[in-house]
Amino acid sequence: MPKHTINPNQWIDLYSDYLFNFTISRVNDREKAKDLVQDTFFAGLKSMKNFKGEASERTWLISILKRKIIDHYRKINSNKGKAEVHVEFNTEDDEGSWLEKRVADTDYRTAEDEIVNNELGDAIYDCLSKLPEKQATVFRMKTIEGLETETICNDLNITASNLWVIIHRARTSMAACMEKNWF
Amino acid sequence: MKHKSFLFISCDEAKHICDKAQYHEATSWETFKLKLRYVWCRITRAYVNKNIKLTETIKKANVSCLNQSEKQVLRKKLQNQLKNQQ
Repeated sequence: MPKHTINPNQWIDLYSDYLFNFTISRVNDREKAKDLVQDTFFAGLKSMKNFKGEASERTWLISILKRKIIDHYRKINSNKGKAEVHVEFNTEDDEGSWLEKRVADTDYRTAEDEIVNNELGDAIYDCLSKLPEKQATVFRMKTIEGLETETICNDLNITASNLWVIIHRARTSMAACMEKNWF
Repeated sequence: MKHKSFLFISCDEAKHICDKAQYHEATSWETFKLKLRYVWCRITRAYVNKNIKLTETIKKANVSCLNQSEKQVLRKKLQNQLKNQQ
């Protein structure tokens, strides 16, 4: 008997955030990340019959997503290696001469920073997935999306005091989980 | 949450203010009362420190997620795809 079962109806609630965060940290483009997550779910549906249940659903979806990300980079490979070049025209001293310079990446981070950051993101989403659904939704909207209290209350039809109680419970659980898994 | 007095707050209220402060939604007066309790209450101190650590960690991770409407769109597309497949 397989250890894990598959249930596509729960994919969005359980894995969309995890997969999206996994993708966006690798492709740095929100729209592209959304497309890749969608493609992953569709590919998962198509190959559902091949799911043997040896790995968890999430691990299986991640393996599909990784292939999608590789395909994405293969597609854009022709653009790879094009250096970003700024051309300036200096009008004071060197009139008529064109200067070409490479532009430093202002958001430069080392590979090590990236790995730590990706792992930290995974740890956060692991902890978030362990929260009850309502707590996870409110915590995500308030903390990750940065939405206003009023907006969340209107969207979820809850009072502000209710929101703060949920946030308190979510933060307590998140802190305990992160303490165990990360700190 | 019961107020102990005008100036001194309960532990529960301190936690509530601390939560709000993580989202910059605590008033200066609330923050002052929290700081006052922080000085002498060990439980408040532990909660505040843990809460700040959580906020900083999430900020550092720079995590992103799909918003509710994006999820709804994705959910519909997935359900349609599932229907077509069945």
